[in-house]
Amino acid sequence: MDINMSERVLMKGNEALAEAAIRAGCRCYFGYPITPQTEIAAYMARRLPKINGVFLQAESEIGAINMVYGCAGSGARCMTSSSSPGISLKAEGISYLAGADLPCVIVNIQRGGPGLGTIQPSQADYWQATRAIGHGDLRIPVFAPATVQEMVDLTTKAFEVAEKYRTPVMILADGFLGQMMEPMSFSGEDKSGKREEPFAWGAFGHGNKRKKNIVNSLYLKPEALEAQIEERFKRYKQIKEKESTAVCGEQAETAEIIVVAYGCTARTAQAAVHKAQDEGLKVELFRPVTLWPFPEKQLKDACKNAKTVLVTEMSKGQMVDDVKLALECKIPVEFFGRTGGIVPEPDEILQKIKEMVVN
Amino acid sequence: MTYEIIASGFGGQGILFTCKMLAEIGLLDGKEVSWLPSYGPAMRGGTCSCSVRVSEKLIDSPLVTSPNLLIVMNLPSYEKFVPAVKAGGKVFADSSLINSGVKPADGVDCFMLPATKLALDNDLKSMANIIMLGKVFKETGFASMETVEKALKEITAKKPHLFDLNMKALDLGINYSA
Repeated sequence: MDINMSERVLMKGNEALAEAAIRAGCRCYFGYPITPQTEIAAYMARRLPKINGVFLQAESEIGAINMVYGCAGSGARCMTSSSSPGISLKAEGISYLAGADLPCVIVNIQRGGPGLGTIQPSQADYWQATRAIGHGDLRIPVFAPATVQEMVDLTTKAFEVAEKYRTPVMILADGFLGQMMEPMSFSGEDKSGKREEPFAWGAFGHGNKRKKNIVNSLYLKPEALEAQIEERFKRYKQIKEKESTAVCGEQAETAEIIVVAYGCTARTAQAAVHKAQDEGLKVELFRPVTLWPFPEKQLKDACKNAKTVLVTEMSKGQMVDDVKLALECKIPVEFFGRTGGIVPEPDEILQKIKEMVVN
Repeated sequence: MTYEIIASGFGGQGILFTCKMLAEIGLLDGKEVSWLPSYGPAMRGGTCSCSVRVSEKLIDSPLVTSPNLLIVMNLPSYEKFVPAVKAGGKVFADSSLINSGVKPADGVDCFMLPATKLALDNDLKSMANIIMLGKVFKETGFASMETVEKALKEITAKKPHLFDLNMKALDLGINYSA
Protein backbone atom coordinates (compact mmCIF):
# COMPACT_ATOMS: atom_id res chain seq x y z
CA MET A 1 0.00 0.00 0.00
CA ASP A 2 1.56 3.28 -1.06
CA ILE A 3 0.28 6.02 1.11
CA ASN A 4 2.15 9.24 1.33
CA MET A 5 2.56 9.69 5.08
CA SER A 6 1.40 13.26 5.26
CA GLU A 7 -1.17 13.24 2.47
CA ARG A 8 -4.81 13.13 3.48
CA VAL A 9 -6.53 10.20 1.82
CA LEU A 10 -9.95 8.65 2.10
CA MET A 11 -9.99 5.36 3.92
CA LYS A 12 -12.59 3.25 5.67
CA GLY A 13 -12.30 3.29 9.46
CA ASN A 14 -11.66 -0.45 9.67
CA GLU A 15 -8.94 -0.37 7.03
CA ALA A 16 -7.30 2.75 8.44
CA LEU A 17 -7.17 1.07 11.85
CA ALA A 18 -5.57 -2.04 10.35
CA GLU A 19 -2.96 -0.02 8.48
CA ALA A 20 -2.23 1.98 11.64
CA ALA A 21 -1.63 -1.25 13.56
CA ILE A 22 0.80 -2.44 10.90
CA ARG A 23 2.62 0.88 10.99
CA ALA A 24 2.79 0.59 14.78
CA GLY A 25 4.82 -2.58 14.22
CA CYS A 26 2.11 -5.19 14.64
CA ARG A 27 3.09 -8.17 12.48
CA CYS A 28 0.76 -10.79 13.95
CA TYR A 29 -3.01 -10.74 13.63
CA PHE A 30 -5.42 -13.46 14.67
CA GLY A 31 -9.12 -13.13 14.03
CA TYR A 32 -12.38 -14.49 12.84
CA PRO A 33 -14.84 -12.75 10.48
CA ILE A 34 -17.87 -10.94 11.84
CA THR A 35 -19.78 -7.94 10.51
CA PRO A 36 -19.12 -5.00 10.84
CA GLN A 37 -15.39 -5.49 11.47
CA THR A 38 -14.44 -7.97 8.75
CA GLU A 39 -12.55 -5.33 6.72
CA ILE A 40 -9.89 -5.35 9.46
CA ALA A 41 -9.23 -9.05 8.99
CA ALA A 42 -9.47 -8.77 5.19
CA TYR A 43 -6.97 -5.91 5.16
CA MET A 44 -4.59 -7.83 7.41
CA ALA A 45 -4.91 -10.89 5.17
CA ARG A 46 -3.83 -8.79 2.18
CA ARG A 47 -1.06 -6.83 3.86
CA LEU A 48 0.63 -8.99 6.48
CA PRO A 49 1.95 -11.79 4.25
CA LYS A 50 3.69 -9.15 2.11
CA ILE A 51 5.69 -7.87 5.08
CA ASN A 52 6.60 -11.26 6.52
CA GLY A 53 3.86 -10.98 9.08
CA VAL A 54 1.35 -13.55 10.24
CA PHE A 55 -2.32 -13.38 9.38
CA LEU A 56 -4.26 -16.28 10.77
CA GLN A 57 -7.98 -16.82 10.53
CA ALA A 58 -8.67 -18.95 13.56
CA GLU A 59 -11.39 -21.56 13.89
CA SER A 60 -13.31 -19.23 16.19
CA GLU A 61 -12.96 -16.08 18.27
CA ILE A 62 -11.88 -18.26 21.19
CA GLY A 63 -9.13 -19.75 19.06
CA ALA A 64 -8.05 -16.27 17.92
CA ILE A 65 -7.72 -14.76 21.40
CA ASN A 66 -5.76 -17.77 22.62
CA MET A 67 -3.40 -17.38 19.67
CA VAL A 68 -2.95 -13.78 20.78
CA TYR A 69 -2.21 -15.15 24.27
CA GLY A 70 0.48 -17.43 22.89
CA CYS A 71 1.91 -14.83 20.54
CA ALA A 72 2.00 -12.07 23.17
CA GLY A 73 3.46 -14.60 25.62
CA SER A 74 6.38 -15.13 23.28
CA GLY A 75 7.08 -11.40 23.38
CA ALA A 76 5.67 -10.35 20.01
CA ARG A 77 3.40 -7.42 19.23
CA CYS A 78 -0.02 -8.71 18.21
CA MET A 79 -3.70 -7.98 18.00
CA THR A 80 -7.16 -9.33 17.35
CA SER A 81 -10.43 -7.71 16.39
CA SER A 82 -14.07 -8.66 16.47
CA SER A 83 -17.54 -7.31 17.03
CA SER A 84 -19.72 -7.60 20.11
CA PRO A 85 -20.75 -11.30 20.20
CA GLY A 86 -17.21 -12.23 19.22
CA ILE A 87 -15.78 -10.17 22.06
CA SER A 88 -17.97 -12.07 24.51
CA LEU A 89 -16.35 -15.26 23.23
CA LYS A 90 -12.92 -13.76 23.81
CA ALA A 91 -13.68 -12.85 27.43
CA GLU A 92 -11.88 -15.80 29.02
CA GLY A 93 -8.77 -15.25 26.92
CA ILE A 94 -8.67 -11.54 27.73
CA SER A 95 -8.77 -12.36 31.43
CA TYR A 96 -5.81 -14.76 30.97
CA LEU A 97 -3.89 -12.08 29.04
CA ALA A 98 -4.52 -9.59 31.85
CA GLY A 99 -3.59 -12.24 34.44
CA ALA A 100 -0.30 -12.90 32.68
CA ASP A 101 0.39 -9.17 32.18
CA LEU A 102 0.60 -9.45 28.42
CA PRO A 103 0.31 -6.49 26.07
CA CYS A 104 -1.97 -6.75 23.05
CA VAL A 105 -4.62 -4.73 21.28
CA ILE A 106 -8.21 -5.95 21.06
CA VAL A 107 -10.58 -4.10 18.77
CA ASN A 108 -14.34 -4.17 19.24
CA ILE A 109 -16.31 -2.70 16.33
CA GLN A 110 -19.56 -2.83 18.25
CA ARG A 111 -22.89 -3.97 16.88
CA GLY A 112 -26.24 -4.21 18.59
CA GLY A 113 -26.88 -6.88 21.20
CA PRO A 114 -27.56 -8.80 23.35
CA GLY A 115 -27.22 -12.14 21.60
CA LEU A 116 -26.73 -11.92 17.88
CA GLY A 117 -28.65 -8.63 18.04
CA THR A 118 -28.03 -6.77 14.81
CA ILE A 119 -25.12 -5.92 12.58
CA GLN A 120 -25.92 -2.21 12.84
CA PRO A 121 -23.77 0.08 15.05
CA SER A 122 -24.15 0.18 18.81
CA GLN A 123 -22.39 1.27 21.99
CA ALA A 124 -23.97 -1.31 24.23
CA ASP A 125 -20.67 -2.97 25.18
CA TYR A 126 -19.54 -0.08 27.40
CA TRP A 127 -20.20 -1.99 30.59
CA GLN A 128 -18.46 -5.06 29.21
CA ALA A 129 -15.40 -3.05 28.15
CA THR A 130 -15.06 -0.92 31.27
CA ARG A 131 -16.42 -3.23 33.96
CA ALA A 132 -16.50 -6.87 33.05
CA ILE A 133 -14.26 -7.77 30.16
CA GLY A 134 -13.33 -11.01 31.93
CA HIS A 135 -13.33 -12.67 35.32
CA GLY A 136 -11.08 -11.56 38.14
CA ASP A 137 -9.65 -8.34 39.54
CA LEU A 138 -8.77 -6.60 36.33
CA ARG A 139 -9.17 -3.49 34.24
CA ILE A 140 -8.07 -2.77 30.71
CA PRO A 141 -7.57 0.64 29.14
CA VAL A 142 -10.34 1.42 26.63
CA PHE A 143 -9.95 3.96 23.83
CA ALA A 144 -13.00 5.32 22.01
CA PRO A 145 -12.26 6.92 18.62
CA ALA A 146 -14.79 9.32 17.11
CA THR A 147 -13.25 9.90 13.67
CA VAL A 148 -11.38 7.80 11.14
CA GLN A 149 -8.28 9.84 12.00
CA GLU A 150 -8.69 8.77 15.61
CA MET A 151 -9.09 5.14 14.52
CA VAL A 152 -5.50 5.62 13.33
CA ASP A 153 -4.08 7.74 16.13
CA LEU A 154 -5.62 5.77 18.98
CA THR A 155 -4.45 2.48 17.51
CA THR A 156 -0.88 3.75 17.64
CA LYS A 157 -1.52 4.94 21.18
CA ALA A 158 -3.11 1.62 22.18
CA PHE A 159 0.04 -0.34 21.35
CA GLU A 160 2.16 2.16 23.28
CA VAL A 161 -0.04 1.95 26.36
CA ALA A 162 -0.29 -1.84 26.14
CA GLU A 163 3.48 -2.21 26.12
CA LYS A 164 4.24 0.51 28.64
CA TYR A 165 1.94 -1.00 31.28
CA ARG A 166 1.97 -4.61 30.06
CA THR A 167 -1.77 -4.89 29.68
CA PRO A 168 -4.32 -5.75 27.00
CA VAL A 169 -5.85 -2.56 25.59
CA MET A 170 -9.19 -2.24 23.86
CA ILE A 171 -10.25 0.02 21.02
CA LEU A 172 -14.00 0.39 21.40
CA ALA A 173 -15.50 1.69 18.16
CA ASP A 174 -18.70 0.78 16.32
CA GLY A 175 -20.00 -0.26 12.93
CA PHE A 176 -20.55 3.33 11.90
CA LEU A 177 -16.88 4.29 12.41
CA GLY A 178 -15.66 1.01 10.97
CA GLN A 179 -17.64 1.39 7.75
CA MET A 180 -17.34 5.10 7.06
CA MET A 181 -14.64 6.85 5.06
CA GLU A 182 -13.08 10.14 6.05
CA PRO A 183 -9.85 11.84 5.09
CA MET A 184 -6.99 10.79 7.31
CA SER A 185 -3.23 10.64 7.26
CA PHE A 186 -0.55 8.61 8.98
CA SER A 187 2.12 10.30 10.98
CA GLY A 188 4.95 9.18 13.21
CA GLU A 189 7.33 6.32 12.72
CA ASP A 190 6.40 3.67 10.16
CA LYS A 191 7.48 0.36 11.66
CA SER A 192 5.61 -1.80 9.16
CA GLY A 193 7.29 -5.13 8.65
CA LYS A 194 10.27 -4.17 10.76
CA ARG A 195 11.75 -7.16 12.51
CA GLU A 196 12.17 -6.39 16.18
CA GLU A 197 13.59 -8.35 19.09
CA PRO A 198 10.87 -9.92 21.23
CA PHE A 199 10.08 -8.18 24.50
CA ALA A 200 12.72 -9.18 27.09
CA TRP A 201 10.15 -10.82 29.40
CA GLY A 202 8.75 -13.03 26.60
CA ALA A 203 8.86 -16.83 26.65
CA PHE A 204 11.01 -17.34 23.57
CA GLY A 205 13.96 -19.64 22.89
CA HIS A 206 17.30 -18.60 24.35
CA GLY A 207 19.42 -21.80 24.45
CA ASN A 208 19.65 -21.75 28.27
CA LYS A 209 21.65 -18.55 28.12
CA ARG A 210 19.47 -16.80 30.67
CA LYS A 211 17.03 -17.51 33.45
CA LYS A 212 13.71 -18.87 32.24
CA ASN A 213 10.95 -16.33 31.64
CA ILE A 214 7.65 -17.67 32.91
CA VAL A 215 4.42 -16.34 31.47
CA ASN A 216 1.50 -17.57 33.52
CA SER A 217 -1.71 -16.50 35.19
CA LEU A 218 -1.89 -19.31 37.75
CA TYR A 219 -0.78 -18.61 41.33
CA LEU A 220 -1.70 -21.37 43.73
CA LYS A 221 -0.47 -19.52 46.80
CA PRO A 222 -3.03 -16.87 47.69
CA GLU A 223 -0.34 -14.51 48.99
CA ALA A 224 1.54 -14.72 45.73
CA LEU A 225 -1.60 -13.99 43.72
CA GLU A 226 -2.52 -11.13 45.99
CA ALA A 227 0.97 -9.63 45.64
CA GLN A 228 0.74 -9.91 41.86
CA ILE A 229 -2.66 -8.24 41.80
CA GLU A 230 -1.46 -5.47 44.12
CA GLU A 231 1.46 -4.83 41.79
CA ARG A 232 -0.90 -4.77 38.82
CA PHE A 233 -3.23 -2.32 40.52
CA LYS A 234 -0.28 0.01 41.09
CA ARG A 235 0.06 0.08 37.33
CA TYR A 236 -3.69 0.67 37.01
CA LYS A 237 -3.26 3.64 39.34
CA GLN A 238 -0.57 5.06 37.07
CA ILE A 239 -2.78 4.50 34.05
CA LYS A 240 -5.58 6.40 35.79
CA GLU A 241 -3.26 9.26 36.63
CA LYS A 242 -1.55 9.55 33.28
CA GLU A 243 -3.68 8.18 30.48
CA SER A 244 -7.20 9.50 30.94
CA THR A 245 -8.08 11.68 27.97
CA ALA A 246 -11.05 13.78 26.86
CA VAL A 247 -11.93 16.54 24.44
CA CYS A 248 -14.06 19.46 25.59
CA GLY A 249 -15.53 22.34 23.59
CA GLU A 250 -14.45 25.92 24.23
CA GLN A 251 -17.73 27.14 25.68
CA ALA A 252 -17.80 24.79 28.68
CA GLU A 253 -16.99 27.63 31.04
CA THR A 254 -20.30 29.39 30.35
CA ALA A 255 -22.39 26.35 29.48
CA GLU A 256 -25.47 25.51 31.52
CA ILE A 257 -25.81 22.09 29.94
CA ILE A 258 -22.86 19.81 29.25
CA VAL A 259 -23.57 17.01 26.78
CA VAL A 260 -21.41 13.93 27.32
CA ALA A 261 -20.97 11.52 24.42
CA TYR A 262 -18.23 9.34 22.99
CA GLY A 263 -17.47 7.66 19.69
CA CYS A 264 -19.89 8.11 16.83
CA THR A 265 -22.63 9.48 19.10
CA ALA A 266 -20.24 12.31 19.92
CA ARG A 267 -20.42 13.22 16.23
CA THR A 268 -24.20 13.51 16.11
CA ALA A 269 -24.18 15.15 19.55
CA GLN A 270 -21.65 17.69 18.26
CA ALA A 271 -24.02 18.57 15.42
CA ALA A 272 -26.85 19.01 17.95
CA VAL A 273 -24.68 21.15 20.24
CA HIS A 274 -23.61 23.40 17.36
CA LYS A 275 -27.25 23.87 16.34
CA ALA A 276 -28.19 24.65 19.94
CA GLN A 277 -25.35 27.16 20.23
CA ASP A 278 -26.48 28.80 16.98
CA GLU A 279 -29.86 29.26 18.64
CA GLY A 280 -28.20 30.96 21.59
CA LEU A 281 -28.41 28.09 24.04
CA LYS A 282 -25.59 27.67 26.53
CA VAL A 283 -24.56 24.14 25.75
CA GLU A 284 -21.22 22.43 25.22
CA LEU A 285 -19.95 18.95 24.36
CA PHE A 286 -17.61 16.86 26.48
CA ARG A 287 -16.19 13.77 24.80
CA PRO A 288 -14.33 11.06 26.73
CA VAL A 289 -11.59 9.54 24.58
CA THR A 290 -10.59 6.99 27.21
CA LEU A 291 -13.55 5.18 28.77
CA TRP A 292 -11.34 3.44 31.29
CA PRO A 293 -9.77 5.33 32.81
CA PHE A 294 -12.82 7.59 32.67
CA PRO A 295 -11.70 11.25 32.45
CA GLU A 296 -13.22 12.13 35.82
CA LYS A 297 -11.18 15.21 36.59
CA GLN A 298 -11.64 16.67 33.13
CA LEU A 299 -15.40 16.16 33.31
CA LYS A 300 -15.57 17.75 36.75
CA ASP A 301 -13.70 20.76 35.42
CA ALA A 302 -15.91 20.99 32.37
CA CYS A 303 -19.05 20.92 34.54
CA LYS A 304 -17.88 23.61 36.98
CA ASN A 305 -20.71 25.96 36.01
CA ALA A 306 -23.14 23.49 34.51
CA LYS A 307 -26.66 23.13 35.85
CA THR A 308 -27.38 19.81 34.23
CA VAL A 309 -25.61 17.15 32.25
CA LEU A 310 -26.99 15.15 29.33
CA VAL A 311 -25.45 11.79 28.50
CA THR A 312 -26.23 10.46 25.06
CA GLU A 313 -25.28 7.02 23.78
CA MET A 314 -26.28 4.20 21.45
CA SER A 315 -27.32 2.11 24.44
CA LYS A 316 -29.75 2.30 27.33
CA GLY A 317 -27.37 4.57 29.24
CA GLN A 318 -24.30 2.57 30.16
CA MET A 319 -21.96 5.56 30.60
CA VAL A 320 -24.36 7.34 32.95
CA ASP A 321 -22.89 5.65 36.04
CA ASP A 322 -19.39 6.84 35.25
CA VAL A 323 -20.62 10.39 34.68
CA LYS A 324 -22.47 10.38 38.00
CA LEU A 325 -19.46 8.96 39.81
CA ALA A 326 -17.17 11.57 38.28
CA LEU A 327 -19.55 14.36 39.31
CA GLU A 328 -20.17 12.75 42.70
CA CYS A 329 -23.89 13.08 41.92
CA LYS A 330 -23.70 16.82 42.57
CA ILE A 331 -25.25 17.77 39.25
CA PRO A 332 -28.43 16.16 37.85
CA VAL A 333 -27.64 13.81 34.97
CA GLU A 334 -30.19 13.11 32.26
CA PHE A 335 -30.00 10.58 29.46
CA PHE A 336 -31.06 10.28 25.86
CA GLY A 337 -30.16 7.28 23.76
CA ARG A 338 -31.20 4.99 20.98
CA THR A 339 -30.46 1.32 20.90
CA GLY A 340 -30.92 -1.71 18.69
CA GLY A 341 -28.56 -0.39 16.01
CA ILE A 342 -30.03 3.11 15.67
CA VAL A 343 -27.82 6.18 15.80
CA PRO A 344 -29.32 9.11 17.77
CA GLU A 345 -29.89 11.86 15.22
CA PRO A 346 -28.79 15.45 15.85
CA ASP A 347 -32.38 16.72 15.85
CA GLU A 348 -33.45 14.19 18.47
CA ILE A 349 -30.59 15.21 20.74
CA LEU A 350 -31.35 18.89 20.10
CA GLN A 351 -34.97 18.33 21.09
CA LYS A 352 -33.86 16.72 24.35
CA ILE A 353 -31.52 19.66 25.04
CA LYS A 354 -34.42 22.06 24.48
CA GLU A 355 -36.67 20.10 26.84
CA MET A 356 -33.95 20.37 29.48
CA VAL A 357 -33.72 24.15 28.96
CA VAL A 358 -37.48 24.54 29.45
CA ASN A 359 -37.53 22.46 32.61
CA MET B 1 -21.88 25.59 0.82
CA THR B 2 -22.26 22.23 2.50
CA TYR B 3 -23.43 19.42 0.27
CA GLU B 4 -25.53 16.89 2.06
CA ILE B 5 -25.83 14.06 -0.39
CA ILE B 6 -27.71 10.79 -0.51
CA ALA B 7 -27.27 8.40 -3.42
CA SER B 8 -29.43 5.33 -3.56
CA GLY B 9 -30.28 2.56 -5.97
CA PHE B 10 -29.88 -1.15 -6.57
CA GLY B 11 -26.76 -2.95 -5.40
CA GLY B 12 -24.53 -3.25 -8.46
CA GLN B 13 -25.39 0.16 -9.93
CA GLY B 14 -22.27 1.69 -8.47
CA ILE B 15 -23.93 3.78 -5.76
CA LEU B 16 -21.01 3.45 -3.34
CA PHE B 17 -18.55 4.29 -6.11
CA THR B 18 -20.59 7.32 -7.14
CA CYS B 19 -20.40 8.55 -3.58
CA LYS B 20 -16.71 7.76 -3.31
CA MET B 21 -16.11 9.84 -6.38
CA LEU B 22 -18.03 12.78 -4.92
CA ALA B 23 -16.01 12.49 -1.71
CA GLU B 24 -12.70 12.23 -3.57
CA ILE B 25 -13.55 15.32 -5.63
CA GLY B 26 -14.40 17.22 -2.45
CA LEU B 27 -11.14 16.15 -0.87
CA LEU B 28 -9.18 17.26 -3.96
CA ASP B 29 -10.88 20.63 -3.66
CA GLY B 30 -9.51 20.93 -0.13
CA LYS B 31 -12.89 20.39 1.52
CA GLU B 32 -13.85 18.27 4.49
CA VAL B 33 -15.72 15.14 3.46
CA SER B 34 -17.39 12.08 4.93
CA TRP B 35 -18.70 8.92 3.25
CA LEU B 36 -21.11 6.71 5.14
CA PRO B 37 -22.66 3.65 3.52
CA SER B 38 -25.80 1.97 4.68
CA TYR B 39 -24.56 -1.51 5.38
CA GLY B 40 -26.62 -4.55 5.96
CA PRO B 41 -27.30 -8.03 4.66
CA ALA B 42 -27.33 -6.58 1.13
CA MET B 43 -27.20 -8.48 -2.12
CA ARG B 44 -27.09 -7.73 -5.81
CA GLY B 45 -30.49 -6.38 -6.69
CA GLY B 46 -31.25 -5.17 -3.17
CA THR B 47 -31.36 -1.47 -2.35
CA CYS B 48 -28.14 0.22 -1.37
CA SER B 49 -27.62 3.80 -0.23
CA CYS B 50 -24.80 6.01 0.88
CA SER B 51 -24.43 9.45 2.47
CA VAL B 52 -21.75 11.98 1.65
CA ARG B 53 -21.06 15.36 3.19
CA VAL B 54 -18.78 17.88 1.54
CA SER B 55 -18.16 21.04 3.50
CA GLU B 56 -15.77 23.92 4.05
CA LYS B 57 -16.01 23.25 7.77
CA LEU B 58 -15.17 20.22 9.90
CA ILE B 59 -17.97 17.71 9.64
CA ASP B 60 -19.84 17.04 12.86
CA SER B 61 -22.29 14.29 11.98
CA PRO B 62 -21.72 12.27 8.81
CA LEU B 63 -25.38 11.25 8.84
CA VAL B 64 -27.58 12.78 6.15
CA THR B 65 -31.29 12.73 6.87
CA SER B 66 -32.48 15.62 4.67
CA PRO B 67 -30.24 15.88 1.64
CA ASN B 68 -29.83 18.95 -0.56
CA LEU B 69 -28.53 16.72 -3.34
CA LEU B 70 -30.22 13.40 -4.03
CA ILE B 71 -29.23 10.89 -6.69
CA VAL B 72 -31.72 8.05 -7.07
CA MET B 73 -31.49 5.14 -9.43
CA ASN B 74 -34.46 2.98 -8.55
CA LEU B 75 -38.11 3.45 -7.66
CA PRO B 76 -38.01 2.46 -3.97
CA SER B 77 -35.11 4.88 -3.40
CA TYR B 78 -36.93 7.66 -5.21
CA GLU B 79 -40.10 7.22 -3.18
CA LYS B 80 -38.20 6.89 0.08
CA PHE B 81 -35.85 9.86 -0.23
CA VAL B 82 -37.58 12.46 -2.44
CA PRO B 83 -39.90 13.64 0.36
CA ALA B 84 -36.84 14.18 2.60
CA VAL B 85 -35.07 16.61 0.25
CA LYS B 86 -34.54 20.10 1.67
CA ALA B 87 -36.18 23.12 0.03
CA GLY B 88 -33.74 24.48 -2.54
CA GLY B 89 -32.31 21.00 -3.00
CA LYS B 90 -31.86 19.10 -6.24
CA VAL B 91 -33.00 15.60 -7.21
CA PHE B 92 -31.38 13.58 -9.99
CA ALA B 93 -33.36 10.52 -10.94
CA ASP B 94 -32.85 7.80 -13.54
CA SER B 95 -36.04 8.01 -15.59
CA SER B 96 -35.30 4.66 -17.29
CA LEU B 97 -36.11 2.96 -14.01
CA ILE B 98 -38.34 5.42 -12.19
CA ASN B 99 -41.92 6.29 -13.00
CA SER B 100 -43.58 7.57 -9.88
CA GLY B 101 -46.53 9.64 -8.86
CA VAL B 102 -44.50 11.06 -6.00
CA LYS B 103 -43.51 14.63 -6.80
CA PRO B 104 -40.77 16.61 -5.12
CA ALA B 105 -41.87 19.48 -2.87
CA ASP B 106 -42.11 23.04 -4.19
CA GLY B 107 -38.68 24.58 -4.35
CA VAL B 108 -36.97 21.29 -5.11
CA ASP B 109 -35.59 20.94 -8.63
CA CYS B 110 -35.93 17.52 -10.16
CA PHE B 111 -33.80 16.39 -13.09
CA MET B 112 -34.92 13.20 -14.78
CA LEU B 113 -32.62 11.55 -17.26
CA PRO B 114 -32.70 8.05 -18.73
CA ALA B 115 -29.19 7.19 -17.56
CA THR B 116 -29.56 3.41 -17.77
CA LYS B 117 -30.93 3.63 -21.31
CA LEU B 118 -28.20 6.07 -22.37
CA ALA B 119 -25.61 3.70 -20.93
CA LEU B 120 -26.98 0.73 -22.85
CA ASP B 121 -27.36 2.69 -26.11
CA ASN B 122 -23.77 3.86 -25.91
CA ASP B 123 -22.13 0.60 -24.96
CA LEU B 124 -21.43 1.86 -21.46
CA LYS B 125 -23.20 -0.84 -19.54
CA SER B 126 -22.92 -0.36 -15.76
CA MET B 127 -21.92 3.28 -16.17
CA ALA B 128 -25.36 4.81 -15.72
CA ASN B 129 -24.14 6.14 -12.38
CA ILE B 130 -21.40 8.15 -14.08
CA ILE B 131 -23.89 9.52 -16.60
CA MET B 132 -25.98 10.66 -13.63
CA LEU B 133 -22.89 12.35 -12.18
CA GLY B 134 -22.32 14.22 -15.45
CA LYS B 135 -25.78 15.74 -15.09
CA VAL B 136 -25.11 16.53 -11.41
CA PHE B 137 -21.90 18.39 -12.30
CA LYS B 138 -23.69 20.30 -15.03
CA GLU B 139 -26.59 21.43 -12.87
CA THR B 140 -24.74 22.16 -9.63
CA GLY B 141 -21.56 24.02 -8.88
CA PHE B 142 -20.22 20.92 -7.19
CA ALA B 143 -16.78 21.06 -8.77
CA SER B 144 -14.90 22.26 -11.84
CA MET B 145 -14.50 19.74 -14.65
CA GLU B 146 -10.77 20.08 -14.13
CA THR B 147 -11.07 18.73 -10.58
CA VAL B 148 -13.49 16.03 -11.74
CA GLU B 149 -10.99 14.87 -14.35
CA LYS B 150 -8.15 14.91 -11.84
CA ALA B 151 -10.16 12.86 -9.35
CA LEU B 152 -11.16 10.39 -12.04
CA LYS B 153 -7.52 10.00 -13.09
CA GLU B 154 -6.56 9.14 -9.52
CA ILE B 155 -9.43 6.73 -9.05
CA THR B 156 -8.74 4.92 -12.32
CA ALA B 157 -4.95 5.06 -11.93
CA LYS B 158 -4.69 1.27 -11.82
CA LYS B 159 -7.11 0.74 -14.74
CA PRO B 160 -6.36 3.64 -17.12
CA HIS B 161 -8.62 2.30 -19.89
CA LEU B 162 -11.55 3.09 -17.61
CA PHE B 163 -10.68 6.77 -17.60
CA ASP B 164 -11.82 7.34 -21.18
CA LEU B 165 -14.99 5.33 -20.69
CA ASN B 166 -15.85 7.32 -17.58
CA MET B 167 -15.20 10.60 -19.37
CA LYS B 168 -17.46 9.46 -22.20
CA ALA B 169 -20.18 8.64 -19.66
CA LEU B 170 -19.76 11.99 -17.91
CA ASP B 171 -20.10 13.80 -21.25
CA LEU B 172 -23.33 11.93 -22.01
CA GLY B 173 -24.79 13.21 -18.76
CA ILE B 174 -23.49 16.73 -19.28
CA ASN B 175 -24.82 16.99 -22.83
CA TYR B 176 -28.17 15.27 -22.26
CA SER B 177 -31.24 17.37 -22.88
CA ALA B 178 -34.78 16.06 -22.65
